Amino acid sequence: MQSIIQKIKKANLTGRGGACFPTADKWLMVKKAKGAKKYIVCNASEGEPGIKKDKYLLEKKTDHVIDGILIAINYLKAEKAYIYLNPAYYKEFGKKLEKIINTLPIEVFKKQHKAGYIGGEESSALNHIEGKRIEPRLRPPFPTTSGLFEMPTLINNVETFYDVSLIAANEYQGKKFYTINGDCLYDGVYELPENWTIAEVLKKTDNYPDFDFFVQVGGDASGAVLNEQQLNQQAGGGGSITIHSCLKHNPIGLMKYWTNFFYNESCGQCAPCREGLHRLKEEIEKKELNWQAIVRLLDNLEDTSFCGLGCSVKMPFSSYVNNILKNNDIKINLPVNQRQCLCECF
Amino acid sequence: MNKKKVKIKINNKTVNCEAGITVMQAAKKAGISIPGLCGHPDFKARSTCRVCVVEIKGRRNLSASCSTFVEDGMEIITDNERVINARNMNLELIFAEHIEKCEDCIWRFECKLLAFAKEFGLKITKFDDRKRDRKTYRFANAVEIDGTQCIDCRLCIDACTQLQKIDYLELKGKGVNQEIVPSAKKDKKCILCGQCTVHCPVSAAQEQANFEEVEKELNNPNHIVVAQFAPSIRVSIGEDFGLPHGKIVTGQVVSGLRELGFDYVFDVNFGADITTIVEAEELLKRLNSKDKKAPLPMFTSCCPGWVNYVELYRADLIPYLTTSRSPHIHNGGLIKTYWAQKQKISPRKIVVVSIMPCTAKKYEAHREEMKINEHYPVDYSLTTREFSFLMKKNKIDFAKLKNSKSDNPLGEYSGGAAIFGGSGGVMESALRTAHVMACGNKKSGICNSKIDFKSVRGLDGIKEACVTVAGTKLRVAVVNGIGNIKGVLDNLKNYDYIEVMACPGGCIGGGGQPIPTTPEIRQKRIDALYKLDKKLKVRKSYENKSAQEALSWLKKQGHKTEHSILHTVYKKKTNNLT
Repeated sequence: MQSIIQKIKKANLTGRGGACFPTADKWLMVKKAKGAKKYIVCNASEGEPGIKKDKYLLEKKTDHVIDGILIAINYLKAEKAYIYLNPAYYKEFGKKLEKIINTLPIEVFKKQHKAGYIGGEESSALNHIEGKRIEPRLRPPFPTTSGLFEMPTLINNVETFYDVSLIAANEYQGKKFYTINGDCLYDGVYELPENWTIAEVLKKTDNYPDFDFFVQVGGDASGAVLNEQQLNQQAGGGGSITIHSCLKHNPIGLMKYWTNFFYNESCGQCAPCREGLHRLKEEIEKKELNWQAIVRLLDNLEDTSFCGLGCSVKMPFSSYVNNILKNNDIKINLPVNQRQCLCECF
Repeated sequence: MNKKKVKIKINNKTVNCEAGITVMQAAKKAGISIPGLCGHPDFKARSTCRVCVVEIKGRRNLSASCSTFVEDGMEIITDNERVINARNMNLELIFAEHIEKCEDCIWRFECKLLAFAKEFGLKITKFDDRKRDRKTYRFANAVEIDGTQCIDCRLCIDACTQLQKIDYLELKGKGVNQEIVPSAKKDKKCILCGQCTVHCPVSAAQEQANFEEVEKELNNPNHIVVAQFAPSIRVSIGEDFGLPHGKIVTGQVVSGLRELGFDYVFDVNFGADITTIVEAEELLKRLNSKDKKAPLPMFTSCCPGWVNYVELYRADLIPYLTTSRSPHIHNGGLIKTYWAQKQKISPRKIVVVSIMPCTAKKYEAHREEMKINEHYPVDYSLTTREFSFLMKKNKIDFAKLKNSKSDNPLGEYSGGAAIFGGSGGVMESALRTAHVMACGNKKSGICNSKIDFKSVRGLDGIKEACVTVAGTKLRVAVVNGIGNIKGVLDNLKNYDYIEVMACPGGCIGGGGQPIPTTPEIRQKRIDALYKLDKKLKVRKSYENKSAQEALSWLKKQGHKTEHSILHTVYKKKTNNLT
C-alpha cells in the first residue's frame, strides 16, 4: 500500500491557496523539521475578493476537509490543528464545524474581522493565533521549521486538505474549484479539471461572454488582468475568474478599487506599503493624474515591500495596462490621451 | 572551531566572509556602507524601512540587506540605478512621515534623515506631511514621544518591551493609522528610563529638553551657574565628536562646560564618593540590626528609573531601598550648603545644572522631598545629548579642547566613584568602602588590600556573588537592566545586597547617552571606567579626604540638616508619574 505522502506526490498536488507550492514537499519539510510539538493550520480566511471556493467547501464538503486535516495530524503526529476561519464563515459554519470536530484535536479559530486580507497571509495567521499583532513575519525562519509557537507548522488551504482527503481515498481526479464572478449569467463555484484553460472553464459553465470583455484571474485584487486572446492558459492563484465588460467598466474606478483595497488592507509594517499606498491613494484621487508618479510608487511597492501583499499591488495595474490598454483593438471608456499616457508609463 | 566561510560578490568585488552574517554586515566588512533606519543591534531586525535594499542576482525583487543572510556564490549589487531609486523613494516616503522641527531639535546635528537627505541629494519635503495632527505624549518632565516625527520603525517599542520589559509603549491602529501610544492599561506605567529615546533614530522619542532654560540661566548675571557632570559622561560624550568609543575625556568635559559659560564645574564623582560612604554605612547598619524597618536585602537607589519602578510597581520593596540620595543630588545639596557657605554665596543665587546620562534624573531632581530649605539641590538635569547639542550649537570643537580640571573641593574622587557609571560599579564601590569601614571598626589592619570585586563586573543580565566583607559573608546580586529584574525579585531571600540599574550596562548605557548605544559600545564605555579606576591612587570612597571633610562639616550642622542632605524617602505611587 502506498503511503499518503507517496500518493500526494503522485497526484502532483499543489497548494490551493494560490502560491501553488508542491504539497508533498511542504509536508515533508514539516515532517523532517525538529520540534517538541508540531502544529497544523487550515487556512480558511479567504480574504481575497472574488474567491469563494473555501466557503463552498466548508459548506458542502465539511467531512472531507476535516478528514484531510486528520490525515495531516496523523502523518505529522501533530499536537493540534487550527481551522483559521474567516469571521463571516464562522458565523455560518462555526457551530457545525465544532459539532463535527467534537473531541478531535482541532480548534476552530475565529479570525477577527479587523484582521482583514493581510490576516490571511500565513505568518500573519500564526501571529493572530498566538495573540500577537496581525502582520507578516520576517522570513526565514519559514513556518515549516518555526511556525506556530516557534514549532514546525503545516499551513495549507481548505481546498488542499479537501484534495488530500480525496487522494487518500483514491478518489482524486485532478480537479480544482473555480469561482466565477462579474459580468456573467452563471456566477458561482465550479469543480472542474485543473488543467482546463480559462476559456474552457468559461465555455463549459456557459459564462463565455458574447460581448467584448477581459478577465481578472486569481483574485479581484492581486490577480492578473487578461484579454480575450490570453485565455488559453490555466487559471492560477486562487482559481477565480472575474469577467469585466470592456465598455461597461470604469477604468479609473477599477484602479481606485484596487488602490483602496490594498490601502485598507496593508498592515503598515513596511515603508513602501504603508507610505507608498497612502501616496498612491492620494495620487489616484487627484483630478489630474500623474501616471509617472503612480508607476514609480507601484514599481517601488513591487520591488521593495516586506511581504506578498505589497509586492502584488502592481500586478493588476500593469497587466491591465499591458494586456488591455495597449491593445488598440479593445475599446475602453478612457480619453485617448490618458490611455496613451498610461501606456507610455508602464 | 573555524567558522564556515563563504565567497560572495558585492558590486563585482569578491568578498570572503563568514557564513551566517547578513549582507549588510558583509558589505560593512568590505568597506561598503548600506544605509538603514529601522535596525538596532539590541534587537532582531524588523526589516521594515526597506532603505537598505540591494539587488541579488537570481532574485526577482530587491532584498533587505539587514535580514538577508549571505550564501556562497551570492552576487550583490548595492549601487545600481534600480537600487538607488528604490532606496531614495523609500527615504522620501519616510521623510514625509517626519515633520521637520529642526530649529529647536537637539538632534539636528546627528539626525540620520538630514544626513541621508544631504548624502543622497534628496528633498525631505517631496510629499506632504501626513502626520500633522498626531499627538505628543509627555511622560512626567522627562521623556516625550512626538507622533508628528515618528517614522514607525518601532525601536521604541522594542526598547520598552523586549529590553526593559516595562510594556508601557504600545502600537495602536493599522496601516497608515498605526501610532505609538502609551498603554491605556492601569497596571502599565512609565519608569522614565528613556531607553525609547536612546533607540529612536529620528528623535521622535526624546528627552524633554531643558537646554533653553539653562541657556537663560547662563545669561543671567545675577546667578552663579554651576555645572556638575556624571561619572559616565566622560567615557561617552567623545563619540558625539568623532572620538573613539570609550575614550576618556574628563578634562575636555570640564573645558566644554567652562566654554559654555558655567561659572564653576564640579564632578559628580565627588557625590558618588559621598553616596558610597552613606550607603556602605547603612549596609553595615542593616547587617548588624534586626530592625524591621531596615530589612535585608538592601537595594541601591541611585538609579532613578529603578526607584520609579519600585514606587510604581513594587511599593512593598520601599523599606529595602537604601535611603541614601543619589550622587548628583548629594553633590547639589553640598554645593548649596557646604560650598555656598565656604564661598559666602547665597544658595538662592546658585543654579546647579547636572549633565546626566539619564532622562529619569530630570524627574528625580524635581521630587519635592529632595528640597533642602525650599531649594532643589539640582535645578536642571540635561542629558549627555543635550550637552553635546549645546556645544555643537555654540560651535565648540570638543575634540580639540584642552584639558581643564574640575573646581575643588567637589572635584576630588576615588576609583570607587569612577566606576559608578557601569553596572556593578555602585556595588563594588560600596563593598570596597564597607570593607574598610567594617575593618576599621574592628581595628584589624589586614583588610585594606581588598579592592577588586570582579565577580560583580560585566554585562550579564544578573550577576551574583558571595563576597567576604571584613569576615562577614555577603550574598550580593547585580541586576543589569530592569528587564532582568524578575529573576532577582523572585528570590529576594537569597541576597543581602542588590544593585539595580534600569538601563542595560548601567549609566553608560543610559537613556540620555549618545546615539547609537549598542552592546559593543556599552562594553567599550564600561571598559574605560575600569581603566580610569585602575589609574587612580585613591580607589576607595572612604579615602577621599575632601568627601570626609564635607561629611564631617555636615555632622556639625546637626542631625536634621545632615539627614536632609544625605537621605531621602520614597512613596507608593498608584498613577503614572507627572
